[in-house]
Amino acid sequence: MRVAELVMAAVMAIFSLYLMWKSAELPIGWIPDEGPGGGAFPFWLGVGMLLCCVAVFVRCLIGASPQGRSKAVFMDRQTLRLFLIVAGSLTAMIALIHVIGVYGAVPAFLVFYLRLFGRHRWVTTGALALSVPVVTFLFFEIALNITLPKGLSEPLFYPLYDILL
Amino acid sequence: MEILNLLLDGFLVAFQPLNLGVVVLGCTVGLFIGAMPGLGSVNGVAILLPMTFLVPPTAAIIFLAALYYGAMYGGAISSIMLGIPGASTAVSTTFDGRPLALKGQADRALIAAASASFVGGTISVILFTIFAPPLAEIALSFGSPEIFALMVLAFATFIGLGGDDLPKTLFSIFLGLALSAVGLDIMSGQPRLIFFGLPGFYHGINFLVLAIGIYGIGEMLWVIDTSMGKATISQATVTPGRILTAVKGLSDNVKTMVMGSFLGYFVGILPAAGATPGSLMAYGVAKTMAKDPASYGKGNIDGVVAPEAANNAASTGSMLPMLTLGIPGSPTTAILLGGMVIWGLEPGPMLFVENKDFVWGLIASLYAANLFALLINLAFIPVFIWVLKMPFTILAPIIFVLCVIGGYAPTQDMQDVWLMLIFGVVGYLMRKLDYPLAPAVLAIVLGPLAEPALRQSLLISSGSFAIFFERPAAGGIMAAALFLLALPLLKVVKDRAGRRTGRGQ
Repeated sequence: MRVAELVMAAVMAIFSLYLMWKSAELPIGWIPDEGPGGGAFPFWLGVGMLLCCVAVFVRCLIGASPQGRSKAVFMDRQTLRLFLIVAGSLTAMIALIHVIGVYGAVPAFLVFYLRLFGRHRWVTTGALALSVPVVTFLFFEIALNITLPKGLSEPLFYPLYDILL
Repeated sequence: MEILNLLLDGFLVAFQPLNLGVVVLGCTVGLFIGAMPGLGSVNGVAILLPMTFLVPPTAAIIFLAALYYGAMYGGAISSIMLGIPGASTAVSTTFDGRPLALKGQADRALIAAASASFVGGTISVILFTIFAPPLAEIALSFGSPEIFALMVLAFATFIGLGGDDLPKTLFSIFLGLALSAVGLDIMSGQPRLIFFGLPGFYHGINFLVLAIGIYGIGEMLWVIDTSMGKATISQATVTPGRILTAVKGLSDNVKTMVMGSFLGYFVGILPAAGATPGSLMAYGVAKTMAKDPASYGKGNIDGVVAPEAANNAASTGSMLPMLTLGIPGSPTTAILLGGMVIWGLEPGPMLFVENKDFVWGLIASLYAANLFALLINLAFIPVFIWVLKMPFTILAPIIFVLCVIGGYAPTQDMQDVWLMLIFGVVGYLMRKLDYPLAPAVLAIVLGPLAEPALRQSLLISSGSFAIFFERPAAGGIMAAALFLLALPLLKVVKDRAGRRTGRGQ
């Protein structure tokens, strides 16, 4: 827990510095007749963030915070495994959307999660993996008129567009 | 009285078929969402907001408000039946609700919770009807310094009442404010904070991306992390006969219900503090004022009734500053506020002048939502119990898919989906280290309001920060904010003094 706290504080401190640097692209100081420059607000916020990160870091080192005193592990093996599987499959699904579109990625994700991870029956898995994309299509594309990314599978939808839209 | 006329007009709007239908749907969905462990009103509103683009703004906000309500009713179900709070707003209900269930009195607890929620909701909507127009009047005279002072008060409430680690809370607030600055600078029109030159940042970071990331993806990751064991679910037989007996037995608890309602309402009005602190405070006050405080935590009905009345009252209360001042009264109303901006409705005093139909239609719908939520709650308790048995491995992937699509829908930019995933994962990791995340969501919604107010105020005063203290209204608000900010310091001093006297003995 200590290490995780220190690492998080350090990473956020680096992000704060990057934020300050990026804000400085616009004027930070006072512009006569116009008020504070565009970069002032985020710059000083970045300064505040940096100070907070330093405070968190120091408090952890001297043992003033619960994380600093705790000897517990940040993530035990089982939690880490669960986290990596869930976050990993989610990342894979979003990446797949770029390639085969929502209607390919979502069923793939559902099949993985429900069957391989959750060990549900094929009936449940199949029912959800088929119904969720269909409901999504009807709700978002037909009702709301928001086109969802389809990647390579786009040509398959042309006949559907002709019929329904 | 003019208010009654406006309210009657509002009922005409509220009882239009679409709006009425949406109230029933919102209450039902809210009840289920509130009952599900791991999902609360704030998650439901965040994830379902993109879905409401289907209907006109009035119906959309009525749906979300009904959902907010329903979730307050539903949260008690999981707290009592499973001992797992259905949402952070229902944590205090577990203290006495769960022992009652274990004693075989689950139905008494459930009915007490539902009745208390109804009383809390009704009293608070009446208070809302009375307070809203005068507050809107006052707010019309607010200028930039007053608006900025209110923002400071909102954040000070989080810090003062939060009880969390101060540097981490401040970090969360600053981060949210900084993220809100990404995009085009309003006052100069120049691009700002375009990280790595990615074009997707030119339209800024939509608050929904952060909200769905944290309250959708982050929440699911958190629940998966914390609920590795199986929960035991109690049995409850609910029949009309038992309902009547239970309701008659509640006459002893009316006083507590009323206390909880008033307390919850006024806590809800405070910017940023909503149903969660409201219900916790109501439980604390009820216990302190009780004749036998020792019975709390072992199955005292008052311990169920106080927080449940308070959390419903607080949800109404938190909508008051949102509609009249444009300041969210709770994390959920922060998201509602963001939604209103998307729909082109500008929250604040002008809403009462220019969109009377909308405002009073909403208020009238709250009365309707309260009634429907009570009826649906009592009628469907067996259904809820059946649904609660749904394994998390089915619920979680569906929520994830909803999040991904909901994250894409507002801006139709895949970059926002990736951002949402990053916010969710990093938010989860930060939450494990006790970083509070609600301030960040609040900040990203308030940032676009706070920054122009600050810059304009400084322009008026030619750079002097004294303007926030010289003007009477702003000065009063800043004084309240400073008091709240000083609370944690006072607490530290008190703790040290207590320790010293302890050692002296």
